[in-house]
Order: sequence, then C-alpha cells, then structure tokens
Amino acid sequence: MGWLPDPVEALLEVALVGELTVIGRDGRPITHPLIPLYDGEKIYLHSSTLFSKKLEHIKRDPHVALALTDPVAMKGNPDRATIGGTARVIEDDPHTDWERLILGLWRKKEPAIDDFLKARVALPLFFERAVIEITPERCLYWADGRTDRAPVATNAPRAEAA
Amino acid sequence: MRSGSVPVHEPTAVDLDRLATYPHVVVSWIDDDGYPTSVATSFETEATAGAVALAAPAELPIPTDRELSVMGSHIRPQPGIGYDERRYLQLWGRATADATFTPTQAWGWDETEVLFFEYSERSVPQSRRYLAALSREKGRTIRPRLSLFWLALRTTRLPFLTATAVPVLLGIAVAASHGAFTWWTALLTLIGGSFAHLAINVTNAIFDTLSGADDANTTPTMFSGGSRVVIYDLLTIRGLTWVALGLFGAAAVIGLLLVAVTGSMTLLWIGVAGIFVGVAYTAPPLKLVYRGLGEFAVALGFGPIMLLGAYVVQTGRLALEPLVVSLTIGILVALILFVNEIPDRRGDAAAGKRTLPVRFSPMAVQTGYLVAAVVALALIAVGVGVGLLPWPTLIALLGLPLAYRVYGGLKVNYDSPYTLMAVMGRNVNLTLAVGGLLLVAYVATLVWSALRP
Repeated sequence: MGWLPDPVEALLEVALVGELTVIGRDGRPITHPLIPLYDGEKIYLHSSTLFSKKLEHIKRDPHVALALTDPVAMKGNPDRATIGGTARVIEDDPHTDWERLILGLWRKKEPAIDDFLKARVALPLFFERAVIEITPERCLYWADGRTDRAPVATNAPRAEAA
Repeated sequence: MRSGSVPVHEPTAVDLDRLATYPHVVVSWIDDDGYPTSVATSFETEATAGAVALAAPAELPIPTDRELSVMGSHIRPQPGIGYDERRYLQLWGRATADATFTPTQAWGWDETEVLFFEYSERSVPQSRRYLAALSREKGRTIRPRLSLFWLALRTTRLPFLTATAVPVLLGIAVAASHGAFTWWTALLTLIGGSFAHLAINVTNAIFDTLSGADDANTTPTMFSGGSRVVIYDLLTIRGLTWVALGLFGAAAVIGLLLVAVTGSMTLLWIGVAGIFVGVAYTAPPLKLVYRGLGEFAVALGFGPIMLLGAYVVQTGRLALEPLVVSLTIGILVALILFVNEIPDRRGDAAAGKRTLPVRFSPMAVQTGYLVAAVVALALIAVGVGVGLLPWPTLIALLGLPLAYRVYGGLKVNYDSPYTLMAVMGRNVNLTLAVGGLLLVAYVATLVWSALRP
C-alpha cells in the first residue's frame, strides 16, 4: 500500500485541484491544474485528448511533480505538499480505459461528471481520455502551508533503500 | 494577446495585474535529479518593472541558473457537484538571487473569457495529432467513438427534422380540409420528406467540411456549426458520402412510389426541385448559402416544396391556399437558418461563406429578422382577409410576441454564441408554435365542417 504521510493522503482525498508539473520538450517545467485522484497507493490524473500535450511530455520524460497548494480547493485544509514521482500514461483505448480505471474515484470528487457523461454526444472528444498514473517517490510536506518553514521530506521505501 | 486567451505570448502589465489577483503562486523548476519541484509561495507583482518578487521558501532555494514556471490557479468549489470559475495564468522566466522573477513568456485560460466549449473546439487539432501519433505508436487505428445512436443523431442532425414535420403535416392538413386525405400516403410523405431532409443535412456537412467552413468555426453550438463528425474524426468524408447516398436513395424510392401512386408529374418536379435546391445549398458550383442565398433556398425548400409537395400527394394538384401557408412556414424556417448563422459568422467569413449575417451589420440583421417574422405572420392575416385561408388560422398571430422576444434576445446576445443558444432555441420554438397553431386551426376547421349541419 501507500507510504505517503497521513496528512498528505488527507490532502489527496479532498483535493479538487492540484498542480501537475511536467517537463516540456525544451526541458522547462510546464504546470497544469488537474483534479487528482488517489486509490491509497497511486495517484491518478486524467486528460482529454483535446489537451494532450502534457501526455506527450510525460511519454518523453516521465518525471513529474504534483503540488497541492490551494486551501480553497482542499475543503479549507491549509496544509501543502509536493509529491514527486514517475508517471505512466494509460491510453490503450482512450474511449473506455478511463471509465474502467478512474470514473468511480472521479465521481466521488465531481459528481456532476455523470451529467456531463450523459451529454457525451455534445462534446465527444472531451471524453476520449488518457489516464496518468503516478507512482509517488518522494514528498515534501508543509504543515499549515507554511513554506517559510522547512518542509518535512519523505521518500518512498524502495527509493530510500536505493 | 491577453492571458484570457490560450496561446503563449510575451507577458504584459495586464498579465502581472492578473497574477496579482491570485492569493499565492506555485513556483516550479527541474531539479538536479531531473525531477520537477514545486513550492507554493506568496508574492508581490511589480507591474512597472515587469517582475514578480517571490517570497523565498525555507530550505528550498529558488534556482537562478534555470528557467522557472510561476503559476496562479483558481477554482470555486461547488460542494456535491465539483467546481467552476476555472482560471490560471502561467509565466516562464528566470529569477535573481533575491528571488525576483522576470517573466519572458505567459499563457493562461479564464473560462469567463474563453468558455470551455470554445477552448475545447480550439483544441480539436491537438486531439487529432495526438490520436494519429498514438495510432502510429500502437500500430492500429485509434479514433474517437460514439454509440451508433448518438453518431446517427449527430451526423444527420436529427432534431432539425421538426423543420420538415411542420410543413409536411400542414400540407396534409390543408389537403384534408379540402376533402383529400389518405393516411398511408401521408405517412410515406412524412418519411420520404424526412429522408430527403437528413440526406441534405449530411450533404451540407460534406461540403461545409471540404470548404473549411466548419473547421474555421470555433464556437459551434447545438444549433449551429454543423455536425462536425469529420472534424472530430468520428466519420470520414467517404463514410458521410455513403450515408448521404443511402438517405437520398431511400427518399428517391419513396418519392417515386408516391409519384407512381398519384400519377402526378407535378409531384415529380417538386421532388426534383427539392433535391436540387437542397444540394445546391452548399455544393458547388452554385453554393447558394455562400452567396447569401441560403435563406432563399431554405424558404423555398421547407415552404412551397415541402408543403405543396405534401398537398399534391393528397390532392394531385396545386392550389393557392397551401402556397400562402407555405410562404409563412418557409420564411420562419429560413429565419431559423438566419439566426443560427449569427454565431457562425466569423468562421463562415474566414471560409468565404458570405451568409447574410456575414454581409450585413448586426442592426440590419436584427431588423431584418423582425421584418421577416412580421411579414410571415402578416401573410396569414392577408390570406384570411382575401378569403383564401379559414379564419381560425388567425390564431397563428399569437406567435408575434415570441418573434419579438427573439428579436430582443438577438439585440442583447448577438456577440455571445453561447448565450445566444437560448435565443436560437426560442426561434425554433416560434416555427413550431406557429406551425402547431396553424395545424390546430385546420383541425378545428375540419371538425367544424364535419359537425356543421
């Protein structure tokens, strides 16, 4: 199961938006606000093929960071965290894979998604999606969001052993 | 280019003013291990200096030897639903040792300025590129999909069939009031007319796609912007062509059957004229809608051709009364096109599709709408006045307030494709309401004739 500190897992459970940073073609960071989902071990994000440049970046360089920073998007929880890890793009069938893998988790955070799905005909490409699966490897945690204080750094057990 | 729009651009003072509205920023860079690192921090913008003073995070020094991303992001949570009011602004640049960040590039999105639907439409080419690359990577074709039902509905623009049902049913009703009615030819007329209408819709989609008119339109709505099935790669032009041919074939079989049953060459010529006008609407060389003649073609097709055709199937002859009714309905259906062209006008202009809203000023279009709607309804009053139409048809004049509401809606929402949707819906309802009221009037006339001693 997961190794992320409890307060960070608590943030992931409620976060409506996190900032995913990927490495662009020219090697610079590119950040995308996305809704993060968490199954207790891996973090899942997802992207329509309409907005798929981030997927191309991840396939070129899978190193990513997910920042959880906005208390408004986390039910008022003021804590902050940045999770670094390696991402994998799941895209064998962009029409159905994501429904099987993450629709349940997505629905919990954004129940309105079911209404959008019923209107799939109106915006068919929005529902052609790939899943970004992040294996967390390291984590920085700031209690009360105080980034003027040193973060608590934690690494994944295997990464620590390595 | 302002940050309310999507493309990457050189940052301006406007961007820094926008950044200042965010409570914090997320600063990101690529660390020495090759991983992105992000940290939230407070900041102050210095718009005149074109810089951002970042508060230095503890024990996580902001590097000065590499590019940084600085992002402000905002949502408004909607408990039990999700969230809205999405906006973000991302700046790239470098920082100095005192954590002063100077941006050199920016991009962002604010859904109050570029609505999500438009943002999505602008991104369709990216989806196509991505799926094409994925297909190459996987060694098999990966395309977007829709269920057969929804694909058929979207491809044929099935909901627009009301524009056929109204004139066909009215033609049958006028014929019935003249003592001519056969249920199965009436049913075949409705089915055949529907096939012809759907075939023409698909044909128009083919030519609007080939001309680039649909591609140039980044603000389609449920009423406008075409079926987009080729643009979305849900079907190919070849597939659409087969659909159109199948529908034309079905319409032709039913039409020829009705000609054979009625023995009316008039009906044959009406059918030929209908197909000709429908195809010439977008197809070269005539491309009527590209020349500002689309409304005329639609008025002819959904007025005299559909309504008189249905009348001729029942009676075997032409008459003045159904012609007057057909002019009213033809004008109203043409006004559906006229209003639906308003949100498409920029894309249409870019593709050389010189529709009336492309050619005329907003005021001329709005006034033109009101005048045409009043003329359409006045024709009924004139028809009753000269004794051509039964007096109960005057009930159709109840549509006037609705026409005026559409006119009012056009004045307020002319430049907003998405708020215009409600007005476009109201305008469709005007045709349905007037058509329905005329139908009621003819049924009442029939009942009155049956009960009269």
